[in-house]
Amino acid sequence: MGKVNLTLLLAAVAIVIIIAIALIFPLERLGQLYSLLLIFGGLVALLLRSIFAKEVDRRIIFLFIFVAVAAPLLFPITFSEKPTAVVKAVFDRVESLPPGSTVLLSFDFDPAMAPEVQPMANAISRHCLKKGHKVIFMSLWATGQALLTQSLTNTILPEFPEKQDGIDYVNIGYKAGNEGVLNVIVSNFEKMFPTDVNSVPLGEIEIFDDIRSCRDLDFIVSFGGGLPGSKEWVLFVGDPGGVDVAAGVAAVVAPQLYPYYPAQLVGILGGVKGAAEYEFSLKETYPDLKDMDTPGLKMMGPQTLAHIVIISFIVIGNIIYFRGRRKEKGQ
Amino acid sequence: MRRAIPLTILAVVGTVLIVSVFLPPLENLGEDFTLFFDIIAVFAFFLGGGNLVRIHFNKLWRKRKDWGFSIVTLFGFFFMLVIGLLKIGNPGGIGADPTAEGSWFQETFNYVINPLQSTMYALLAFFVASASYRAFRAKNREATLLLLAAFIILLGRTPFGVMLTAWVPESWSIAQIPNLAVWIMNSPNLAGQRAIIIGIGLGVVSMSLRLILGIERSYLGEDRG
Repeated sequence: MGKVNLTLLLAAVAIVIIIAIALIFPLERLGQLYSLLLIFGGLVALLLRSIFAKEVDRRIIFLFIFVAVAAPLLFPITFSEKPTAVVKAVFDRVESLPPGSTVLLSFDFDPAMAPEVQPMANAISRHCLKKGHKVIFMSLWATGQALLTQSLTNTILPEFPEKQDGIDYVNIGYKAGNEGVLNVIVSNFEKMFPTDVNSVPLGEIEIFDDIRSCRDLDFIVSFGGGLPGSKEWVLFVGDPGGVDVAAGVAAVVAPQLYPYYPAQLVGILGGVKGAAEYEFSLKETYPDLKDMDTPGLKMMGPQTLAHIVIISFIVIGNIIYFRGRRKEKGQ
Repeated sequence: MRRAIPLTILAVVGTVLIVSVFLPPLENLGEDFTLFFDIIAVFAFFLGGGNLVRIHFNKLWRKRKDWGFSIVTLFGFFFMLVIGLLKIGNPGGIGADPTAEGSWFQETFNYVINPLQSTMYALLAFFVASASYRAFRAKNREATLLLLAAFIILLGRTPFGVMLTAWVPESWSIAQIPNLAVWIMNSPNLAGQRAIIIGIGLGVVSMSLRLILGIERSYLGEDRG
């Protein structure tokens, strides 16, 4: 009876504490607090359990990853960023171009890569239009054109209603042929893209008055992570055409591009972190953009927590391994 | 004759494409040959589409295992083909951008293909975590090095890494986790990647030469030249 009373008392105290916290903290803070408690409490419990060399079921790992990703999305946790040199180089290049320069942005990705790559594509598009550059949008991936439409109609153009199609920007869309497309547009745009996406001949588009090929462009940024992607832009356009190229890619692809940086690639934006750093730089430089949508910065919360969970599980795995080995030796 | 024609085409096109890079007067010819490739690639789309329909229709007709999935595949294929070709619901009509906002094609992309592909890729997070737990174990010296590098990169990609080593003085900034991550990417990773790229490059050059000179003929259905 005494035990039951004690349990009831503890439960009542816990409920009172939870209600008190709920009254003191707003819902968002409370969500963050509980989810962090759940994740770190659980990890500590698993760490203690690992001393007995007990393996962790993979479903438990899945559960932790789910909470680590979902909780910061429901109750956003944001961090301050410090732009790294590779990202800053791209930002500074766009910033240093004189207004009216022509920049080509190629959306070479699919929905699988979009959560990582689309935020940086939106941020750079926004930056170019803000600086008064003329922007040519295109895609080497069939799925890229639909994602480009998404970016233009939902995010970029509503923020710049004064910008006119054909004068300040143009969408020439997707063309099949991978490297073949690049091989032609490095010396002639019209041969590969006779019209823009709305069937307007390139000769009638103002942006193309002084642009015959990629050699006449001031800067190119390729967003992607597959084939064809940033590497092909360097090999077929950047180097032979003598044009500056930068890359915005999925985190998993970024290490493959480092051999081209800084001689052949101005800079590299790798994954959500690259996008977050660019958004942070943009917000710092242009205070009037402080209310812009920043998916990159928002996604750093889930990424940080997921990385911490993975690191913790690697530590737990190693403790289990060494404890298990000692046990085996003892036997 | 069946061998001589493709061998000649390959030798001429390959040589022109290489020479056109070094000789500007031949640039136009190089562009034209690349365009021919694009035209041929269009036929590959027909071939690919036709093959897909044939295989799944066959499966459906003979009621082979999992024939139900073939119905979904064929429906998805023809549905996207029709709404894309006829530009159904496109506010700009038949001449407009096929992916214009409001068109059935774009709406299907936004609400079906986009979430489906994103979900498939997102599932990787779960498997990466589970695989890291099982694979990253300090079993020997090499595995320990890999483990340490993974730790630094994982931490270096988050603000948590900045916070952890923020106390390290600027004169020792290389010891800060984000800078260590950059060093790993810029030095050991770069050296390895460059070696791979140079190796692949040399392989491509030698294979191209073998094809142009007609030594490599496996694409004609022959085992060796």
